[in-house]
Amino acid sequence: MCLAIPGKILTVTGPDSLWREGKVDFSGVVKEVNLACVPEAGVGSYVIVHAGMAISVVDEAEAQSVLAHFRQMGEATEPTEGA
Amino acid sequence: MKYLDEFRDSELAGRVAAEIKRVTTRPWMLMEVCGGQTHSILRFGLDQMLPEQITLIHGPGCPVCVTPVEMIDKALELAARPGVIFCSFGDMLRVPGSATNLLSARAAGAEVRTVYSPLDAVKIATTHPDREVVFFAVGFETTAPATAMAVRQAAERGLKNFSMLTAHVLVPPALESILSAPDCRVQGFLAAGHVCSVMGHQEYEPIARTYRVPIVVTGFEPLDILEGVCWCVRQLEEGRAEVENAYRRVVRREGNRAAMDLVSEVFEAVPRQWRGVGQIPRSGLGLRAPYARFDAERRFTLSTQSVPESAECLIGEVLQGKIRPPQCPQFGTRCTPDHPLGATMVSSEGACAAYYRYREQTV
Repeated sequence: MCLAIPGKILTVTGPDSLWREGKVDFSGVVKEVNLACVPEAGVGSYVIVHAGMAISVVDEAEAQSVLAHFRQMGEATEPTEGA
Repeated sequence: MKYLDEFRDSELAGRVAAEIKRVTTRPWMLMEVCGGQTHSILRFGLDQMLPEQITLIHGPGCPVCVTPVEMIDKALELAARPGVIFCSFGDMLRVPGSATNLLSARAAGAEVRTVYSPLDAVKIATTHPDREVVFFAVGFETTAPATAMAVRQAAERGLKNFSMLTAHVLVPPALESILSAPDCRVQGFLAAGHVCSVMGHQEYEPIARTYRVPIVVTGFEPLDILEGVCWCVRQLEEGRAEVENAYRRVVRREGNRAAMDLVSEVFEAVPRQWRGVGQIPRSGLGLRAPYARFDAERRFTLSTQSVPESAECLIGEVLQGKIRPPQCPQFGTRCTPDHPLGATMVSSEGACAAYYRYREQTV
């Protein structure tokens, strides 16, 4: 039920906050999503979408830094494992 | 899919698993709260990558599973009323009520429609002004903004034919209920990341302090879950009991203010009955007075009485992490996804369904 997936905002439309909507691309599948709860997100932002609502904006810098951390973790432990 | 596939990298997952092994010196029992995490764990075999000392038990984070029989019976009664279009998430359709389920009701002639979003139900109400449209509102904090938005939009449009049967539930009171039980075995929690994307994780801080339990906000992909386990084990090994956020690309400590404002405009905390668990104070959301006209239980006179739950189904023990699904005598024999005794065997996030789907051959 709490499945929520990241998608990229393609367009933003809607007259005011309640009806702020946009098209969001989920790797080729484009859906209409309510963007009222992510006022800071614009075209090109990645948002987490659940039940037709964007509930969070993906912090892309944070995502890259976490992946870099995982890669470093491997590099740091590999020599130990090989020893 | 960007920001999804990278977090399924099996080589990196192996590295995090190695780190967990390195930091683990004693047995620890962790609970992942969310049913979506349970499915990821079983689907990707993450539990089998962990050292033997780490046991993962599965929590109550499946709204479909915790919706009581009585509420399903109310849904069936509403769906059977002439002129009603009953809208529901697909997961609810096969959940057994005391006599039947919504799928069978549809086969018998009720107009039951599957929707992806509560906002779709508002659109249906707009295009069918001559029909009563009732939405079955289930979900945790993650879903509450979409449900609240549906109410706000219906109010804004002046819809008089839209209402909802509200069964929304909240995670922190359920955690406290589990931790307060005298036989609680949980030593650390992986908190559900998407719930926290809305509510943040400040609310968990007093729980971590009061019960001396680490709570790590965790995502849903294999790397996220292993990282959550790693942080939780590290806290336990070091004797810490703090709230940490291992899903920072999506979750902020303060949550999503716009979403929380929307939810609190429309809903207030109410006591809620949890299937197999009982009533938990302030563990549900009910419509506030200005929106009471959208409450299906007020709009329609319902005859559904409270009904006892099946004695055969051990759903309460499963949802509180007291037993694992294969320990239920009915698992895989009298209870299967085709003939479920309880919701945990039906829902795509139910723990019993996860074991049946991914581990049937091995248990």
